[in-house]
Amino acid sequence: MRKKLVLVGNGMAGVRTLEELLKLAPEAYDITVFGAEPHGNYNRILLSPVLAGEKRLDEIMLNDEAWYTANGITLYKGKTVTEIDRARRRVIADDGTTASYDRLLLATGSLPIVLPIPGHDLPGVVTFREIRDVDRMLEVALTHRHAVVIGGGLLGLEAANGLMKQGMEVTVVHLMETLMERQLDVPAANMLRRSLEEKGLRFVMPAQTEAILGNGRVSAVRLADGTEIDADLVVMAVGIRPNIHLARSTGIYCERGIVVNDTLQTYDPRIYALGECVQHRNTTYGLVAPLFEQGKVCANHLAGLGYWRYEGSKTSTKLKVTGIDLFSAGDFIGDDSTEEIYFKDIAGGVYKKLALRDDRITGAVLYGDTADGSWYFQLMREGADISDLREHLLFGQRHLGDAGHGDINHAVVMTDDQEVCGCNGVCKGDIIKAITSKGLFTLEEVRAHTKASSSCGSCTGLVEQILAHTLGGEYSAPGVKPLCKCTDFTHDQVRKAIREHQLQSLAAVMHFLEWKSPDGCPACRPALNFYLLVAWPGEYHDEGQSRYINERVHANIQKDGSYSVVPRVFGGITNPAQLRALADVAERFQVPEVKFTGGSRIDLLGVKKEQLPAIWADLAAAGFVSGHAYGKAVRTVKCCVGSDWCRFGTQDSTTMAIAIEKMTWGSWTPHKFKMGVSGCPRNCAEATIKDLGVVAVESGWEIHVGGNGGVKVRATDLLCHVTTMDEVLEYTGAFLQLYREEARYLERTAPWLERVGISYLKERLVADAAGRRAYYERFRASQVFAQQDPWGERGCQGVDRHEFIPLKVLA
Amino acid sequence: MADLTATDTQWIGVGTLDDIPPLGARVVRTPDGDIALFRTAGDQVFALRDRCPHKGGPLSQGIVYDHKVACPLHNWAIDLESGVAVAPDEGCAGRHPVRVEGREIYLSLAVLAAAAD
Ligand code: SRM
Ligand SMILES: Cc1cc2nc3c(=O)[nH]c(=O)nc-3n(C[C@H](O)[C@H](O)[C@H](O)COP(=O)(O)OP(=O)(O)OC[C@H]3O[C@@H](n4cnc5c(N)ncnc54)[C@H](O)[C@@H]3O)c2cc1C
Ligand code: SF4
Ligand code: FES
Repeated sequence: MRKKLVLVGNGMAGVRTLEELLKLAPEAYDITVFGAEPHGNYNRILLSPVLAGEKRLDEIMLNDEAWYTANGITLYKGKTVTEIDRARRRVIADDGTTASYDRLLLATGSLPIVLPIPGHDLPGVVTFREIRDVDRMLEVALTHRHAVVIGGGLLGLEAANGLMKQGMEVTVVHLMETLMERQLDVPAANMLRRSLEEKGLRFVMPAQTEAILGNGRVSAVRLADGTEIDADLVVMAVGIRPNIHLARSTGIYCERGIVVNDTLQTYDPRIYALGECVQHRNTTYGLVAPLFEQGKVCANHLAGLGYWRYEGSKTSTKLKVTGIDLFSAGDFIGDDSTEEIYFKDIAGGVYKKLALRDDRITGAVLYGDTADGSWYFQLMREGADISDLREHLLFGQRHLGDAGHGDINHAVVMTDDQEVCGCNGVCKGDIIKAITSKGLFTLEEVRAHTKASSSCGSCTGLVEQILAHTLGGEYSAPGVKPLCKCTDFTHDQVRKAIREHQLQSLAAVMHFLEWKSPDGCPACRPALNFYLLVAWPGEYHDEGQSRYINERVHANIQKDGSYSVVPRVFGGITNPAQLRALADVAERFQVPEVKFTGGSRIDLLGVKKEQLPAIWADLAAAGFVSGHAYGKAVRTVKCCVGSDWCRFGTQDSTTMAIAIEKMTWGSWTPHKFKMGVSGCPRNCAEATIKDLGVVAVESGWEIHVGGNGGVKVRATDLLCHVTTMDEVLEYTGAFLQLYREEARYLERTAPWLERVGISYLKERLVADAAGRRAYYERFRASQVFAQQDPWGERGCQGVDRHEFIPLKVLA
Repeated sequence: MADLTATDTQWIGVGTLDDIPPLGARVVRTPDGDIALFRTAGDQVFALRDRCPHKGGPLSQGIVYDHKVACPLHNWAIDLESGVAVAPDEGCAGRHPVRVEGREIYLSLAVLAAAAD
């Protein structure tokens, strides 16, 4: 027989725990839920937007009754449990309903504090906690004008804002000198007060409420100094108190809250408790993020797995008043041992303050610009040493150098392990993974799968940015961005069709996918040619007419129609014989200019097209092959001198660079692919702005990927650390092959990486050793066909002669 | 092609269809500059001066598609029949008459006026 679990408190923490439990052990319990409120479980946080008229009640339901039925849960709503009979292990509700339990879960939340002043029980005096309270406020707002909110904290301000939006004149009476004194320092609180005043709120503070006046219903509020303020509605928002009444009456040990240990058990081990009603390690919480963390742990233990512990949470706060951006976390006031750095632009409405101790963030207050809140919060929770970032810290993550590609938005610069949704503890990487692995397209789907942005909703914009960025052109209205105007299919769909339907020529692809133009266009033909080449390395017959001129004739066209010739010099290591051969060629063909390139190779510029085969024949005779400076192909491997010569060198970077270039030359890639090898972290070969960069360290080699010089500079992300040259070669080949197989044509590694995420690459290439080897094998197999020197073929074997000689010369 | 007659044109044999790859181009070198001959997928042949109306790019090096060529330098599209740049770009590369008989290609050095269109 299944065990019985009873939940008392049909609110956010309790029901979330049931959801987690059902994921882990759907069959473990017969579940019964008692809830004092007459509803299913709803998102209490969103009562504020409901009050402000920005959301409807039906939009904030989290679990409707169908959910309980579908999961076989007995729900007693509108029933308050009044007694726990621990000896007989059953609970009894106010209407006499009983239920027995093997495990009991208490999640009774908290109760709003009601000031015991005269008149507190008059009709028209409400708190702000439940749907019922919101209904009452909305009712009064329809017919009355004056509202007083007692309390200038988070809840009070959200209530005041909502009532103002409903057309009331609202006065906030606050006991302290400044608003939200537990979350904000003085300058931020003053800015907040000013902007709320501009919106139309009135503040009376510091001021103590002495009595609520009224005859039959509330009519005014009297302050300690005798002032009276008209009021048809009084909202008390002066704080909450854990609801421990039930637990205490059965003798479960309580202090301020129900005392629980790290497994969320009370002093009666059959009885668990979590949410706002508990006290854990001497702390009580009033925000959902920690409660959801508790829920995960509690479910783990209820499911009998028993390996997680709850060790407390650090929390951050945002205010849900539309048009006001405010973020606060940690201890931002500090003491003698802390330092402060801040940025203040009162006129511009931006204020930022960070409190630091020993180069670590201990607290943050942001007002006006909160985009970096989650970044600071992460640095704070990780206890990260910020001494390197210090100068730029206040300007935010976007100013750290790596500007990112394409649309620059905040989501792009966030790292995968950075938290997007503070309420549910969802990181950027989780969201990207869900989008890509489950094929999600909409915000609702992401909410359903990850819970991100499903609670307070303040990260909705970020989640949308991540969606847009992850799906690229596939996000938003038409759903998908076609490869070019000749087709409605996307790059990815075309690639899939090529593989699944064994399409082996451009004509076959265009026919099968019903291309709209007779022979494609300059955008799709090179893309298709590349996709076919990667899919069928041995079989596919490269279609020269579908390549851009540079790749068709294996040289870079110049503005005057002449060409440049850049022979491959492996690793950039040359010798007198090679240099002499190059000099001879330059002289023999009267090459107008000889230049060292930005990739540290030698460029022969201004060569006539007809001269190309003859030059190549001479270069081939001297042992040179094409440098592919003209192609969407593997380019150069730049390197420094390394441990052979350099007093700082830790490894032999030149031997490594030559080995890499020998293995990879000739490979065609979605966009050009450049590499670098540095002999130590001084990084003289600039390896960290290459598509793949290898940096030697004492203990081996670091492999970095996704760097880019060019239009938008991006530094690489670290893929992994390895010890041997064979490993470097294996990772390099595997990375190249993954890029070749999955990136879209003309997508360089930097934007590709930002699209799929470094954790995805780590998953495929680092965590999955067998997968990595398979990519590497496929790369090596395709190189057998790719490493046939196109210059030699044209210079010595007469391939494509028609490209280089006129059809006819007329005198 | 059809708008000239043998009386006002001297036709010069320049080669056969097989000398130009389908969707490709070859150049005929003349004292007055290069002429590019394009072969379409349907084996039609067009001749334009090998100078892009934009900045003189060699059109013979571009990608041929449908009845157009994309200039290799800055990717303007030039209509092969008229020599006119496809809107929004403006300009015209001079045209030459060409005739294909069997697989033999004949070119005339006479310059055609820009097609009215
Ligand atoms: C020859 C060279 C300049 C030089 O004289 O130093 C060069 C020349 C050209 N670069 Fe470059 N780039 C050269 C090194 C670079 C470098 C430096 C490097 O390789 O370390 C960069 C920045 C690093 C990078 O790519 O991340 C560079 C970033 C670009 C870009 C911008 C790429 C980007 O992702 O933003 C382009 C435009 C493009 O590819 O679309 C470009 C395009 C070009 C083109 C192909 C423009 C064109 O289409 O005609 C130029 C060809 C001229 C020719 O015929 O040779 N070139 N180019 C360099 C040849 C390197 C080699 O030995 O292979
Ligand atoms: C207006 C408002 C705005 C908020 N905004 C935010 C925000 O922006 N961010 C944030 O993180 N948090 C916010 N919060 C706080 C957040 O809603 C709470 O932290 C969270 O709801 C607490 O969850 P809980 O399950 O512990 O308690 P509740 O969600 O309160 O659930 C407890 C439930 O138990 C029921 N119950 C109690 N005793 C019994 C009994 N004996 N028998 C049966 N049922 C019982 C209660 O009726 C209640 O339904 C806000 C709260 C309010 C009111
Ligand atoms: S930077 Fe590169 S693309 Fe620009 S002019 Fe120089 S070589 Fe050409
Ligand atoms: S020269 Fe042809 S497009 Fe610029």
